Amino acid sequence: MSAASKAGVTELLRKTGLTGLFFVRLLGACIPALARPKLIIAQIYNAGARSLIIIMLSGLFTGMVLGLQGYDLLNRFGATEALGTAAAMALLKELGPVLTALLFAGRAGTALTSEIGLMRATDQLTAMEVMAVDPMRYVAAPRFLGGLIAVPLLTAVFNLIGLYGAQLIGVQLLGVDHGTFWSQTQSAVALKDVTEGIVKSIVFGAVVSLIAVNEGYHAEPTAEGVGLATTRTVVASSVMTLLLDYILTAAFM
Amino acid sequence: MRANRSLEIGTGLFVLLGLAALLFLSMQLPANGLKFGFTKTAGYPVTAQFDNIGSLKVGAPVRMAGVRIGAVTRIDFDTNTERAKVWLSINPRFNQIPMDSSASIDTEGLLGGQYISISPGGMPTYLKAGSQIIQTQSALVLENLINKFFATTANKSASQSSGGGTKEPQK
Amino acid sequence: MTDSQTATPQGASDAVIDVRDVHYAIDGRPIFSGLDIVARRGLITAVMGPSGTGKTTLLRLITGQIDADSGLVSVFGRDVGTLRRPQLYAMRQRMGMLFQNGALLTDIDVFENVAFPVREHTDLPEPLIRKLVLTKLEAVGLRGAAHLMPGELSGGMARRVALARAIVMDPEVLIYDEPFVGLDPISLGVILRLVKQMNDALKITSVVVSHDVQEISSIADYSYLLSEGRVVASGTPAELARSDSPTVRQFMTGGAEGPVRFHYPAADYAAELMESPR
Repeated sequence: MSAASKAGVTELLRKTGLTGLFFVRLLGACIPALARPKLIIAQIYNAGARSLIIIMLSGLFTGMVLGLQGYDLLNRFGATEALGTAAAMALLKELGPVLTALLFAGRAGTALTSEIGLMRATDQLTAMEVMAVDPMRYVAAPRFLGGLIAVPLLTAVFNLIGLYGAQLIGVQLLGVDHGTFWSQTQSAVALKDVTEGIVKSIVFGAVVSLIAVNEGYHAEPTAEGVGLATTRTVVASSVMTLLLDYILTAAFM
Repeated sequence: MRANRSLEIGTGLFVLLGLAALLFLSMQLPANGLKFGFTKTAGYPVTAQFDNIGSLKVGAPVRMAGVRIGAVTRIDFDTNTERAKVWLSINPRFNQIPMDSSASIDTEGLLGGQYISISPGGMPTYLKAGSQIIQTQSALVLENLINKFFATTANKSASQSSGGGTKEPQK
Repeated sequence: MTDSQTATPQGASDAVIDVRDVHYAIDGRPIFSGLDIVARRGLITAVMGPSGTGKTTLLRLITGQIDADSGLVSVFGRDVGTLRRPQLYAMRQRMGMLFQNGALLTDIDVFENVAFPVREHTDLPEPLIRKLVLTKLEAVGLRGAAHLMPGELSGGMARRVALARAIVMDPEVLIYDEPFVGLDPISLGVILRLVKQMNDALKITSVVVSHDVQEISSIADYSYLLSEGRVVASGTPAELARSDSPTVRQFMTGGAEGPVRFHYPAADYAAELMESPR
């Protein structure tokens, strides 16, 4: 192994370790942060309610694409009545949690990172520290909890709208029987499939929020540093989401 | 702090919407999900016994001439008859199903799930709450069909090339 | 203000902040090597020095954000390095700090910024908080700006709001980090008067870190001049002004030539100019 790649691996390990330690501190700060629901509510609004439109639009189009592609594929086997099942399974177990996490990272994660990074750059975090207010508790924990709560809710909205989009194309446009579409879906989807999606969305919400808050908290306190941290949030969140998606899918098999 | 009120209302709406979606997905979508009373259109219960129900699941549709008239509400094993016992809930709109109608388990399409198909009989008395459908036909289990098919072809090839080492199929 | 300053400040019983023989290095680069500074009760202590002499690092040491490699930093008679988090926070509640750019929280308005420490640390009823905050805002002349957001303030106003926030918990010690940097002459005069007033009226012990020699000399009771990680001169502003040490003279008068080098270390100028480019 070359010296450069060795240094790269060491650096990666160090960053992972730092993020892990930050996560432990963050969890410790979450318990007292629960005593201030107002701060968490504000963050649910920032991270969740303000991402709602983009999530709904993306969900609708994803579902419509599923409707078209699924119909085209199933039609070759003469099994178009399974369209609802196919769309529901794809949305609930994979596309819903993963796409919502990716969209959340791009929309809310970057905002979190740059906001906290700017607070760092303008000494706001240090000022809190000196005023004997723990910024982990006041800034980091409410944002983490806000993301943790918002992502599963956004995922559920995404899934529901996506299913509606698939139904719109499959039933209204391509003529799959309405009753068959839903009864087939209902009889094929098990509670376990829904649970799998919910567990995934909670894990993704935690990971993306953790990465976003961590990058912001440890951003170089300059304009350039905050910009770089924002980019890192998107890259790291996306990679971690897809990696964990594989692990979780395998675990649920 | 000026926009406090609208912020809280916005958050409240978002959380409610999300929770509603979550509840719908986990309770209404899966057939074995926790159901609320209001979705189960009240129907009258009818039972039927089958030798083999295949992969029939609770929530599977009950159809007559392809039209959905009810759903499977419960599946159990009857230790007395050693057969599968299935509870159906039939929409009260369809209250003139002849007593001697037969129930069979069919498959929707090639890959679709299984459902109960009711073929009407000719008696002037009708099924009512608590009735049992006597005539039933078990599910066609695809694997059994395929096994039978392979068994016949395997026997043919075995007789042609005597003792080619093909494993004797189970059925 | 003539009696105590001439005596050696070390070990004085009225020392609120006592920094003794502190060594501190970042990534092996020494910032402090044997720093001694004392801030006495009720006085304005100035810490001056060229850029990059670790003035901000000194403030971080005093507020317990970092620990010294060796030596003692004691505040209110307790060793900051040994304090656990709750004790450290209890200590910080007795201090106020004014940051260079104000460091106001950008998502809440001026009133809430000043009210922030009160809400965090006390359970006072709302009318009392209101009275307290408006009193402090009036002291810095910004009661009328209570509803503005930090983004709507000028640099001087932001610093005054930050000052109101720093004194809202009635601290015993006030620490100023470069309070005069980047202000127009009027704002500067206002801040200068406020620092003096806070000290006189509230009997607050003040530590002012600055490189604006003229301004700080006009209000300081005792001054330290830092260079290369240690105190190179100390005394009343008058004493420093009379000093014949070349370092002190250079800093006080702002000369480019002297012990503190204006040029970053480089190869010989003529030689480098003549060198053929590679």
